[in-house]
Amino acid sequence: MFSLEGITTATQDWLLIKFNPTIALAIECVIVILLSISLFALLGLVLVLMERKVAARIQIRLGPNRVGPGGIFQTAADTLKLVMKEGLTPDTADKFLFNLAPFVVMMVAMLLLAPIAFAKNFQIWDINIGVLYISAISSLSVIGILMAGWASNNKYSLLGAMRSGAQIVSYELSAGFAVLTIVVLTGSLQISEIVAAQENGWWLFKGHIPVIIAFVLYIIAVTAETNRAPFDLAEAESELTAGFHTEYSGMKFALFFLAEYINIFIVCAIGATLFLGGWMPFHMGNWESFNHIMDYIPSSIWFMGKTFFLIFLIMWFRWTFPRLRVDQLLNLEWKYLLPISLFNLLLVTIIAIMGWHF
Amino acid sequence: MYNQTEIIKDTTELGPEGELVVNMGPQHPATHGVLHLVVTLNGETIKKIEPHLGYIHRSIEKMCESLTYRQFIYVTSRMDYLSSHINNTACALLVEKGMQIEVPERAQYVRTILNELTRIASHELWIGAMAMDLGAFTPFFYAFREREMITDIMEDTCGARLTMNYIVPGGLMYDIHPDFQNKVKAFIKQFKEKVTEYEDLVTNNVIFQSRTKGVGILSAEDAISFGCTGPVARASGVSCDIRKIAPYDVYAKVEFDEVIETAGDSFARYMVRIKEMNQSIRIIEQLIDTIPEGDFVGKTKNVLKLPKGEFYQRVETARGDFGVYIVSEGGTTPYRIKFRSPGFSNLSALSHMAEGSKIGDLMATMGTLDLVIPDIDR
Amino acid sequence: MTNEEIKVYISSHAPSVSYDETGEWLNLTIEAAEWKDLALAITRSPLKMDYLFCLTCLDWKTHLTMVYHLTSTTYRHNIVVKANLILDKPQIETVSEIWRTAEFHEREVFEMFGVHFLNHPDLRKLILEEDFKGFPLRKDFEDPINMIKL
Repeated sequence: MFSLEGITTATQDWLLIKFNPTIALAIECVIVILLSISLFALLGLVLVLMERKVAARIQIRLGPNRVGPGGIFQTAADTLKLVMKEGLTPDTADKFLFNLAPFVVMMVAMLLLAPIAFAKNFQIWDINIGVLYISAISSLSVIGILMAGWASNNKYSLLGAMRSGAQIVSYELSAGFAVLTIVVLTGSLQISEIVAAQENGWWLFKGHIPVIIAFVLYIIAVTAETNRAPFDLAEAESELTAGFHTEYSGMKFALFFLAEYINIFIVCAIGATLFLGGWMPFHMGNWESFNHIMDYIPSSIWFMGKTFFLIFLIMWFRWTFPRLRVDQLLNLEWKYLLPISLFNLLLVTIIAIMGWHF
Repeated sequence: MYNQTEIIKDTTELGPEGELVVNMGPQHPATHGVLHLVVTLNGETIKKIEPHLGYIHRSIEKMCESLTYRQFIYVTSRMDYLSSHINNTACALLVEKGMQIEVPERAQYVRTILNELTRIASHELWIGAMAMDLGAFTPFFYAFREREMITDIMEDTCGARLTMNYIVPGGLMYDIHPDFQNKVKAFIKQFKEKVTEYEDLVTNNVIFQSRTKGVGILSAEDAISFGCTGPVARASGVSCDIRKIAPYDVYAKVEFDEVIETAGDSFARYMVRIKEMNQSIRIIEQLIDTIPEGDFVGKTKNVLKLPKGEFYQRVETARGDFGVYIVSEGGTTPYRIKFRSPGFSNLSALSHMAEGSKIGDLMATMGTLDLVIPDIDR
Repeated sequence: MTNEEIKVYISSHAPSVSYDETGEWLNLTIEAAEWKDLALAITRSPLKMDYLFCLTCLDWKTHLTMVYHLTSTTYRHNIVVKANLILDKPQIETVSEIWRTAEFHEREVFEMFGVHFLNHPDLRKLILEEDFKGFPLRKDFEDPINMIKL
């Protein structure tokens, strides 16, 4: 059976035979860096195409269909176009911060990749505070956005960045509480343990209604955190032309664009890990034969399937809802979502202590 | 043109403490054309809006002074390009009124049907554009699906899809396409089936309602004082439908309701337009089967000369009361012509409606005013 | 209200008005100085001319004429008010605080015809550039570059 775990183990064994452990570790690091960069490039291409195809399906049209069969090379062509374009820096901009900002946003997205378990025993860094690490790092992306907005010396950018700051800081609370419910149920911050705890059923099914509420809250909060419609106020194009990246062009714009999609992938991957069991196949309690059949599907496919399902959900939102107004957005968080998540966390804690979950 | 330092100097002009002056337009996604709004902000709250016009001013009024009464009609298609048929009708009606030309019934029926189709097409485009202002992209494509059928009918009838130029003083330029009635009926059938999709996608959407209800309120007194007409005034409870007040063509013969809402907010303006489309369908249904046989154009002289005097014709376009005012000296060209465009007056109310609200509200208000910039600038 | 009744009411407020009923609507020609008082009078009962639907100007080469098309949203009667202005120094009182739509229309007439509206809150160019010379809709306006003589 195909397994990513087998490949990694074989590679490591081979490296340890050939080189001494330090050099082997260095080579492994290089391989991981190359793999994650190519994953980024690939994800960017696939997700942008997916977004355009999903949008087209919802909007009764065909979407890209000229470059390559079914338009699959459309995003590659777009990337090529963006690479060729001049990366313009405005005269009045703060040049250092202006050029740094897209890389900050990008780096944050890359750092978040570390603790994600893509398949069974296929993880860059199984840190014992995985969930904490994710919440800590994901807060940093707002710095990149604020940096971009401020350094552009453009009023639209500044407004967009300020909106984005207010939004991300607020919605992080809800997302954090939703993540905490799972931590409370599992009793661990480590991603691998959270996945292992879902062997006899995913938390979404095991944890009664409170976990379903937490899941819904999580999806809403991360949609806001990634600045996606209906919460795309930071780049509300009919209001602020393009928000914080108004002044960016060429590859620097492409980095923002890419980072947006990578962030979606990452939050969906985390959502899939916490609520839908990550790479864990769909198991039903003690149905041994059913569980065995499910095990035959490789764990990486389970993980990707769940992640892409969540990504599809978020794309579906974007093409259905109008945008919220900035005060409505903050009202929604502080008056509704936050109290609900606090209460919900309390409920989950009671369930966890009493052992009422399956 | 300008050199770099001048531009920098212009943009760094400092206002009072805490104020942010933002130029919205002339190139901005939400102004649908070249409207330029200088918006003074305090944080996200709007303190002052000052429209700057003229980016697409072609001085059509001056131009018309040297065009004959047959020619000047076609310039008006370029003003409010979304209801060009209705603009053409207004000019033709005025010339007919001035010269007492008899218009055959067939032409009147066809004009009325086409006017109502134009109104539906304009409102369809408006739904899409307004939803886009509010950040929803999808309704645009649903609205254009139906609008496409209308433009196809227009193309069959007059060979053009946007600037029709189909109406001449005395009637129509040529007879309707033999398939016209069937196509219009097919459109009515599809429209009635699909209009519920807008209700599902837009009207009943919680976010859409919270974005538009209570936003950009215009009271009835203000609507009258600002000279607002069309759906904007009717949403504030002002009865102002020219088709009812001073019926032209065959509007006196058909049954339809003047849609009036009383809330005066953006949602009321939205509802007025949605209901108006249904009323337009009602008008077309009454007329489409009874188009009389006969001539499509009345007898006119080759050279039209309006008698000395002043003439005024009001029609109801998709945006409101469109007026043509001609002062004639008895020659072949008008001495002075004035187009009273509905958008110009509606725009003057924008500042009053949006002050003190958020930037997002400005988009909702401006979207529901349905501004067409070439109509405002002329 | 019939035209006769309107005439009686208006004559009681502005005695020097002359009438013309040849057109579609009742036309009255007034002195420019009387306009503000008359405007205030006709917005009140019983006329309630609360709706100014068209405001424009005519250039007769010898003089300018301001034209106000008014209607009542309650009674639906229309009148047209005209006021002659001197070509050299055209001046008339603004009506922008009575009918607020006049604010934009007067700004347009100001730049196109050069009519000066007294006490207008914000009399600046609306459509043309700030440094534009001349009044384009006047008959004597010449622009050798952009205008084609027919």
